This record gives sequence, structure tokens and C-alpha cells, in this order.
Amino acid sequence: MAKQGLKRQQNRMALMLLTPALATILIFTTIPAFTTLSYAFFHWDGFQRGSFAGFENFSRLFHFPFREQFLIALRHNLLVFVGIFLIQTSLGIFLAYALFKIRRGQRFHRTVAFFPVIFSLVIVGYTWQIILNPFFGPVDYIFHSLHLDTFARSWLGDTSTALPTLVFINLWRWVGFPTIIFLAGLNAISTDYVEAARIDGASEGHIFRKILFPLLAPSMTIVTILTFIGAFEWFDLPYVLGGSSGGPAGATDTLALMFYRLSFGSVDSIANQIGIGSALGVLIFLIVGVGATLGAKWLRGREVEA
Amino acid sequence: MIRIIGSKLFWRSVLIFNAISVLLPVFFLVNSSLRSSTDFANNPMQLAKHPYWHNFAQVWQNGDFANFLKNSLVITGGSLVVILAFGVGAGFVLGRYQFRGQNLILGFVLTAMLIPAKLMILPLFIQLKWMHLLDSQIGLILVYASGSLPAAIFILSGFFRALPVDLDNAARMDGASEGQMIRKVLMPLAKPGLAIVTIYAAIPIWNDFFLPLVFIQSPEKKTIMQGLTIFFGEYASQWGVLFAGLMIASLPLIILYLILSEQFIKGLTAGAVKG
Repeated sequence: MAKQGLKRQQNRMALMLLTPALATILIFTTIPAFTTLSYAFFHWDGFQRGSFAGFENFSRLFHFPFREQFLIALRHNLLVFVGIFLIQTSLGIFLAYALFKIRRGQRFHRTVAFFPVIFSLVIVGYTWQIILNPFFGPVDYIFHSLHLDTFARSWLGDTSTALPTLVFINLWRWVGFPTIIFLAGLNAISTDYVEAARIDGASEGHIFRKILFPLLAPSMTIVTILTFIGAFEWFDLPYVLGGSSGGPAGATDTLALMFYRLSFGSVDSIANQIGIGSALGVLIFLIVGVGATLGAKWLRGREVEA
Repeated sequence: MIRIIGSKLFWRSVLIFNAISVLLPVFFLVNSSLRSSTDFANNPMQLAKHPYWHNFAQVWQNGDFANFLKNSLVITGGSLVVILAFGVGAGFVLGRYQFRGQNLILGFVLTAMLIPAKLMILPLFIQLKWMHLLDSQIGLILVYASGSLPAAIFILSGFFRALPVDLDNAARMDGASEGQMIRKVLMPLAKPGLAIVTIYAAIPIWNDFFLPLVFIQSPEKKTIMQGLTIFFGEYASQWGVLFAGLMIASLPLIILYLILSEQFIKGLTAGAVKG
């Protein structure tokens, strides 16, 4: 009898406590996610939905003038992913290993290494924009005062250096994140393996390559997938530093910026193209979703049980 | 070569070098905010020997800036209230009760976690317009809450699940209602979880500028990060004032990080590391 009363009280409680959270998620995440799919299949006039369009929006995306923009942006996203993955991941492992080795002062260095992650990309972007300013920034100032004028340039204004510079700024802001993930991974590895190898006379380099690195695979999976998702949804930094058209001259354009321009218009064309924008949105979602799923599957397969 | 790489000295120098790379730009920001604009334009590399506080006064006197800060506080605070209130309830039920359809609900929450907010911005925009929640702080708060709730529920249900079942039975024996049991017994024990969720949600919301960029049009409702982009247009080449503006916008998080760095690191990596 008492037990049934409790059960009833619990059911009422569950309903009361679950409804607000689930309703919020349903209304502001799940429903828009499903409608975003449908938008790509309609004609749009501004924010007014028109007739059914089939795959027309997708085919327009692959024709002039969108095709060129799309391919350039896609290429940038790919380059950014490869660049971030190679530099940020290896530097992350390197720093994590340094933190792992050095116990005294580890807390201080860990706090410092993670510090930039708390900064807004707006603040990071503007600060670096001034640091790299060709007329007033300290970087070019140093080059000029050392008479190395050939190295001084408009880092963010030059089409050949803009994208690599953005990747560098991204590195400064983010590298603490993989570092902490890899450090957690290293700390989770049983010291028995390392001790045993050491007794067998293995060198530190050998221990890292043959024991620690393979056992870091789960951390590697997480970092790679998050880097992949981040690189293909890259928006904030290029927007803050290059505007919605990925300046200078589209040198830092990305898929997310193109999606934003098509959705809400841009400086060059006020008119928006919701249908084509949504088609691009679906495409980005597919790239990220399929890429992350397949990537995770493959990466998990090479993880060994620790 | 191998000897050098194996030595503690090498790894310690790596860390010191990294600390300098991280702290130098931050030091540059702080230092430059205390120099007059003409002084900075003459030479960007000098120390601020006589702090020029006027920059900060000028930022503060620009009425908009203080208002941007207030808006960010309202939006971040409001989102946190919703996330914690709704998240604790749902986390408790999913972590502590057993009922039919539980896995279905967990699946629903986990799926929502995978949906990127940026890509559904269009339907959300049109939906908010239809709900009269466009250009509204409440609308923005609800969108942020919805974005952070799935992970919050996931983290909190884990915390609630880990607490011993005997606690509930003891509290019920003493005649506590389910609501009292949550508030008086379980909530205090789940405090580390609440701290993680607070930081996990608060930092990205405070720092975000994409959603306000799209959803907020009235100048008086804009957030600090959005306001900075306006501010940079208004005060172009008044370097001292720009730096002071960047300092004020980042100071709240810097101070909190200095006090709560461990919780920050745990909170911001909570989505990535299990348990």
C-alpha cells in the first residue's frame, strides 16, 4: 500500500521534473533540427516559404556562382582541419607529456596552458588583430627595428598569409584543450606498464612510442573528432577577423560563413537565399555527421584496452 | 640529442616556453590598456610606467558599454537559472528513478546533444519570430538553455546515479517527501556536479557572439561580445580605449579562472572526458 503510494508520488514527480527540460529541448533544438531539413526542399522568397523545389536548391549550389564559392570554402575547411589536426594535436601531446614528466609546478603550468581557452574568440581575435597590425602592432615593429623588413607584412590582410595566421591564432586559443585531454589520458595509464618496461631497460623514447602513445588512443579519438567538428563548423574567428565574406578577398571563407551569408544576406547582396543556404546547411551536417561517425568508428577500432 | 630530450630540464624549458607564449599576449593586452593611444601608436612595445586610467573611464562613460555588460550578465545568469532548475530535476529523475521509457528519453537527450546549433539557426530564427521571441532576451535565454540542457542532464544524472540508494530510503523513512529529499539530501551531495554544469554552460554563453548576432537587433539589447564589434568600429585607432574595452570584457572570467581554475578545467572539458 505504502509502496504504491510512493510509486504514484514518484510518477507525478518524474512527470513534473522531466517536462520543463524535455519541452525546452524539443521546442528549441529537436523541432528546428527537423525543419531545417525540410527548408532545403522549398523555394524561398526572403523569409517567405514558396512551392516545393525538390533537389533544385542542391543543384543550384553546384552551379555558378555558388559552386566556386562552395569549392573554395570547402577547400579552406579541409586545409584548416589538416592544419589544426597536425599542429594542435602534436603540440597538445608534446605539452601533455611535458606536464606529465614535470611534477613540481605542474599545477601552475597546467593552469597557464589552459588559460586561453576561457577567452572569448572575439577578444582573442581583436587582441591578435592589433598584435599583428602592420602599422601599430608589436610583431611587425620588431621585424622593422631588427631591419628584417622582408618578414614584416599585413598578416591578416594578405591573401597568402590570412588563413595560416587564423590557424595560428586558433592554435594559441585552443591548444590547452587537447593538452588537458591528453594529460588526463596519460594519467589514466597504469604505472605498472611503464615500470615493467623500465626494468627491462627500455628508453624513455621507446616507452613513449611503444606504451604511452598507443594507450593514448582513446584521447586521440576524442581530440580528432572534436577537431573535425570544430574545423567544419569554423565560424567565429574568421567572422571576427575577416567579416562575413571571409576577407581579404575570400581568403578565409569557410562553409559556415557561406551558410551565414546565404541565410542572412551579406554586405554585397542584401537578399538572402534561404533555400540554397539550407541545402548547404544539410550538406555541412552530412559532412560533419558522416565524417565524425565513420572517423569515430575507425579510431575506436584501433584503441587497445588499457 | 636523445639525452637532452630525456632530461627533466628539457621538459621544464618546454613548459616555461609555453607559459611565456600564453602569457605574453595577455600581458600585452593588460599593459596596453594602461597606455594612452598616442603613446601606443609611437611605440607598441613600451611598459606602462604611469598607468593611464583614463582609458577605462572613457569606456565606462560610453553608456552603451556598461549596458552591454549588464545584458550579458542578465542573459548568462538567466540561462544558468533555467539550465540548473530544469537540469537538476531531469537529471535526478533519469539518474535515480527506474521507469518504462527511460532509455527512450535518454536517447532523445543524447541525440539533441549531437545537433549543431549553428546549422538550425534559420528555422530557429523563423520559429522565434513566430513566437514573438526574436530580438528578445527571454528568447535567447531559452535557446541557450536548450543548447546546454542535454549535456547538463547527462552530467547531473551521472552524479545522482552515483549517490548511494540508502540515502533515499533513509530520507523517506524519516517522512521526507521526494521534493524535500532532492533539496535537503541529494542536492548538497551533488554540488561538484552543479559546479561543473555551471561552468560548462556559463563560459560559452558569456563568450558567445553568434546567437546574439543573429537573434538580437536592438542596440540596447546587445551582449558584450556583440557590443565589442560595434565598439571597435566606433573607437577605431583609439588603441588605449580599445584595449581597455577588451580588458573589461575579459576581466570577469580572468578573475573567476584565477580563483576556480580546477573547476574551470573540469567544467570546460566535461563534454570530452568520461566520468
